[in-house]
Amino acid sequence: MGNWIVNEGLSIAVIIVWLGLNGYLFWNFYLVYDEGEKYFYSRKLYGSALAWARAPAACLNFNCLLILLPVCRNLLSFLRGSSACCGRSLRRQLDRNLTFHKMVAWMIALHTAIHTGAHLFNVERLVDARVEANGTIQAALTDLGDREGESYLNFVRSRVPNPIGGINVAFTFLAGLTGVVITLALILIITSSTKTIRRSYFEVFWYTHHLFVIFFIGLVIHGAGKIVRGQTDKSLEKHNSTECEDKFTEWGNITSCPIPQFAGNEPMTWKWVVAPMVLYVFERLVRFWRSQQKVVITKVVTHPFKTIELQMKMKGFKMEVGQYIFVQCPAVSKLEWHPFTLTSAPEEDFFSIHIRIVGDWTEGLFKACGCDKTEFQDAWKMPKIAVDGPFGTASEDVFSYEVAMLVGAGIGVTPFASVLKSVWYRYVNDASTLRLKKIYFYWLCRDTQAFEWFADLLQSLETQMQERDNANFLVYNIYLTGWDESQATAFSLHHDQEKDVITGLKQKTLYGRPNWENEFKTIANAHTSSRVGVFLCGPESLAETLNKQSIANSTVDPRGVHFIFNKENF
Amino acid sequence: MGQIEWAMWANEQALASGLILLAGGIVAVAGQFKGWQFGAYGVAAGVFITLLEYPRSKRKKGSTMERCGQKYLAAVVKLFGPLTRNYYVRAILHAGLAVPGGFILSTILGTVCLGIASIIYFLAAIRGEEWRPIEKQAEPKPRAGETIKRPPENPPPRPPAEVRRKQADEVSVGGGHVNPIPVTDNV
Repeated sequence: MGNWIVNEGLSIAVIIVWLGLNGYLFWNFYLVYDEGEKYFYSRKLYGSALAWARAPAACLNFNCLLILLPVCRNLLSFLRGSSACCGRSLRRQLDRNLTFHKMVAWMIALHTAIHTGAHLFNVERLVDARVEANGTIQAALTDLGDREGESYLNFVRSRVPNPIGGINVAFTFLAGLTGVVITLALILIITSSTKTIRRSYFEVFWYTHHLFVIFFIGLVIHGAGKIVRGQTDKSLEKHNSTECEDKFTEWGNITSCPIPQFAGNEPMTWKWVVAPMVLYVFERLVRFWRSQQKVVITKVVTHPFKTIELQMKMKGFKMEVGQYIFVQCPAVSKLEWHPFTLTSAPEEDFFSIHIRIVGDWTEGLFKACGCDKTEFQDAWKMPKIAVDGPFGTASEDVFSYEVAMLVGAGIGVTPFASVLKSVWYRYVNDASTLRLKKIYFYWLCRDTQAFEWFADLLQSLETQMQERDNANFLVYNIYLTGWDESQATAFSLHHDQEKDVITGLKQKTLYGRPNWENEFKTIANAHTSSRVGVFLCGPESLAETLNKQSIANSTVDPRGVHFIFNKENF
Repeated sequence: MGQIEWAMWANEQALASGLILLAGGIVAVAGQFKGWQFGAYGVAAGVFITLLEYPRSKRKKGSTMERCGQKYLAAVVKLFGPLTRNYYVRAILHAGLAVPGGFILSTILGTVCLGIASIIYFLAAIRGEEWRPIEKQAEPKPRAGETIKRPPENPPPRPPAEVRRKQADEVSVGGGHVNPIPVTDNV
């Protein structure tokens, strides 16, 4: 339990505060509209659906304020930098930005559903009241505004009956039209950002998400028509609704009950969302400014199995390990920015990314760089590239732990290339100042192909470490999870050789999946009083396993071993 | 955007449209709005679309994530053969199903969403995409009679697996194998 709090406590607290604020806003605004004297006559017309429409509206304002913040990556990067004093746990919250973005999005969807449903009732009732009501208080309230000196309560003025009357409301009123448009925008954004679409057809997700511009414009002007109305304060002084309710036929004729006056609510939404919108515009300006900076491709290396490595240089570029950049190539697409993990170390004088050619965009880049040609390409032939970043993720925290456990699955191994290189450089420079004493590295891979370039790196590290007589600094395990019969035979044949058949490394490749419980137990036994940072870049299911293991294998004793789980956000 | 399978998005959009149509229909019927009969239609059409769209199609390339428990519905959808496989049919079906929802306000959002889904399906159909069920590749079961060609040579009790493999290696290492990388002992 205690470890669970260390690992998850702050996240849970953030979520609870957020849920609490949602609940508070909902309840608060529900009461204002359900019990407030100001809305007594409004309720006579609208019924209880008024409160049910207004309460989620307040929550929508709040969540639309939040939704933009987690995607301001430059802002987050800045916060992460300035929160260095506040420690790891706070910075780890910033890594979960996209999870929070999704949760807020679902909350918006929920409140949109309630808000829209309630307004369907409202529109139906108000049109009915205008067309049919006769001799009731609804009729009296609806007719207000027909004569001089009255202010209307029922915004429906035409007498077209339902269902056409209702449809007219939706398409002739500003609130109706913007409501329909932004709900559509929201639906399209959500359907195009499910996991399948996001992972497999990034472009669809990317372009559709830009409907958010329409969403926010619509959201801000949605309330500008001021059609939800309540009794004015001035009118409330002279006209007491509880006393005058039954005397609606005599309103204006008796002095105690003058004709009630109504006014619309001031539009509130813009006050909520203006700050994040300004921040977001600023964010986009920063991105634009960064994209204008000159980036020089110094080297393109083609690795086997459709992987290319781009080495680049940019003035004033400063990176830390495990960070990623967004890359745009105007020759391929002027609009698309794609995230890539940096594979170079901060100590190197260039920065590099490894790109696997799997989609349209990467294919385009492959051709633009002339990788499909066999002859040598001159530097001036290289395409123009724009870079935004670097942005921080968890693995730059590797150095603040004494023991680090790095787990990469498949292509998820890329951030650790930078980590391992950098560890090595620091180790060579001055080992005594390095807090990190031991690294356990796990690499889970489905096929041997992707091993190629990373194995090169591991191999050079291995030799260098042996030269320095400190081969124990890095313990690495490579797990091949997909293999067939003929491979198995080859492995068993070479079982006794010193170097591995696939990677050429001293460490033998292991087959199948690691037994995490054993691994965690072994590490816990070897480091009985350390904080062990567990870093994963890989699939969700693995994250769950590792998270559970981290919690289960930490001791209750604060001086004992503690596993702190971190995950990259791709 | 040569490699995008539009039907995957159309499927998400149509599924959402079905649910929105259903929700709008429920509101109209529950509130007994004028023309609630169209709401009742919305409920029926919404349920039908949701069931039809629930099983995701297999992607042309790579693995496809199944929706939870979709295989039961996929079996039913598969029964209709070309009617459910062809996306032109779906595009026209959805366009047709969308129309009655346009007569009352409650179901209008569902109608518009379904219209958009229909357009995306049409695009998918033009690009030659088809609905295909996700079928688990049946792993060929090794049959006992075929794999065991010879009776076991050494009788039980046998040594543990590692020891046995070592013995096999010792035999093969002597077979003139040359190491691809020169072996140096640095330890």
